[in-house]
Amino acid sequence: MSSRPQRSSYIWGIFARPGRLKWLLAALPFLISIFTYTFFSAKRHEANPSEKLMPSWSQMVKRTTELATVPNKRTGKLVFWDDTWSSVIRIAKGVGLATLVSVMLALFIGVFPAGHALGQNFTNTISFIPPVAILPILLVAIGVGEASKIGLIFIGTFPLMTRDLTLYVKGLPREQIIKTMTLGASQWQLIWKVIFPQMIPRIIETIRLSIGAGWIFLIVAEGISSSEGLGYRIFQARRYMAMDTIIPYVIWITLLAFIADTILRLVIHFFYPWYRANKS
Amino acid sequence: MNILHFQDVDKAYPTPNGDDFLVLDNIDLTIKKGEFCTLVGPSGCGKSTLLKLILGQEQATQGTLTIRDNIAGNPDSTRGIVYQRYSLYPNKTVLENVLAGPFFKIPFWKKDERAEVKAYALELLEKVKLGEHTAKYPHELSGGMQQRVAIIQALITKPEILLMDEPFGALDPGTREFMQTLLLELWEEYNLTILFVTHDLEEACYLGTRLLVLSQYYSDDRGEDFQRGAKFVVDQQLHRGALSTHVKEKPDFNKLVESIREQGFNPKYLQHVKEFDLNHPDSWSTLSLEEHNS
Ligand SMILES: Nc1ncnc2c1ncn2[C@@H]1O[C@H](COP(=O)(O)OP(=O)(O)OP(=O)(O)O)[C@@H](O)[C@H]1O
Ligand SMILES: [Mg+2]
Repeated sequence: MSSRPQRSSYIWGIFARPGRLKWLLAALPFLISIFTYTFFSAKRHEANPSEKLMPSWSQMVKRTTELATVPNKRTGKLVFWDDTWSSVIRIAKGVGLATLVSVMLALFIGVFPAGHALGQNFTNTISFIPPVAILPILLVAIGVGEASKIGLIFIGTFPLMTRDLTLYVKGLPREQIIKTMTLGASQWQLIWKVIFPQMIPRIIETIRLSIGAGWIFLIVAEGISSSEGLGYRIFQARRYMAMDTIIPYVIWITLLAFIADTILRLVIHFFYPWYRANKS
Repeated sequence: MNILHFQDVDKAYPTPNGDDFLVLDNIDLTIKKGEFCTLVGPSGCGKSTLLKLILGQEQATQGTLTIRDNIAGNPDSTRGIVYQRYSLYPNKTVLENVLAGPFFKIPFWKKDERAEVKAYALELLEKVKLGEHTAKYPHELSGGMQQRVAIIQALITKPEILLMDEPFGALDPGTREFMQTLLLELWEEYNLTILFVTHDLEEACYLGTRLLVLSQYYSDDRGEDFQRGAKFVVDQQLHRGALSTHVKEKPDFNKLVESIREQGFNPKYLQHVKEFDLNHPDSWSTLSLEEHNS
């Protein structure tokens, strides 16, 4: 009999220990996607030199570089950066406003019994309204300007944020609230010195989840009424079948969302070590 | 001086089928300053409910409950509480946890006062051997350390009465003994008034100056089918010798523990209300006519 300890498989089964192999595994789906695209794009270009549906990587890089470095003849702006800036600002405003409102509502509903009675059912009902369905109302009521786009993002994100944060506030142990009062806190102090500080990492997490939804509503709103923005550009490019603009823009949006998500994740990791420790 | 006073207190919870479920049944109790009361009783007899009433977290269905002659209202700093869990703020360090109470009272611009309390907090932490852990978060501490922080956190605001609900229930036996000794030291040094709930009869008999047994296992003249709530079936003075934990091995001590176990925890042992062992000098109890019509 060999006395070597048995090693579990690298890949197969629930006890697999991929070790450093996991980096390769993680990269694999990305590599396969890129390879597949490149392969089919090349084949189509062979068959038809003026192929537009699957532009080559070099075409996309060329087009994006143009948009990012050559000022637009009519407006004098760098289109790519101008679009990015407008969109990011809209999301920040929309999600920021949603955060502000949902924190207030969550504290109101989660802490005060009367607040619960007053607000719980109403916010739950609001959260069932499909946000895109009220976009026309927004457009009619407040016009096609910035406000209706930010408004759509706000309406699309705040109900779920409120629900999530309310659950969190209600989930804080009753003992802790009683304890706080026995330590001599006022109700105001209970809210701002005890409950709110504990909410912050959860707020950040809720924002992380809402940014995804925020993009959806942003792109819808920009597609319908706008003159700049990443979503606007995609819909505009569609008219000319300009896939060499659309695909890089989609990749860029994905990247922006990923970056925002990573930053927020790292903030929780480094600044709120107790949050992760108490979650399990 | 009376710190706590219960008179004819009932506590009932509504049940889903509409009736009331009586937990505490015509309770009378007076606790004087400096007393270390331990409270034991079968699981579910209403010990935590009694603490909730004192805290003001629950309201009595009937009767009056005063703290220093004031009706006990919503939870405030006249009472301190240490729970088995959830006593500490997970987002604050050990020192911040201890300072939470004082800092609610001292506004941030009174820097000198704050510095003074901070020095005092550090001194207290030193005393309970946590001097090196003041910057840690609760999740980085062992269970015993967390409870020491919780005790300091509660006593630094000088409550009239310190309530403790199975504070050492989750600790291993060694840590438990260490905590018991420590608590007795703090009780003596700061002249605390304590009401200490525990499951552990030995702990109750060892720690307290006064032993209270709350139990629903008793009889009275209200008839066989009456849904009784719990009452104090034992209320007696304990004579503590030295602080040494060795008393736990003495035969007298074991006899006491056994007799309490019989009187409070045996569902078949039904003493009549008029025969309860209520010989503590502060003990008193008024029975309603229905309870003893003989
Ligand atoms: N909010 C409530 N609603 C209804 N019934 C309750 C409520 N709180 C407690 N009870 C009931 O009151 C009784 C006493 O509960 P309590 O928690 O005070 O017991 P306990 O003596 O502390 O028990 P343990 O030793 O297990 O901690 C139990 O039967 C419990 O089911
Ligand atoms: Mg209990």
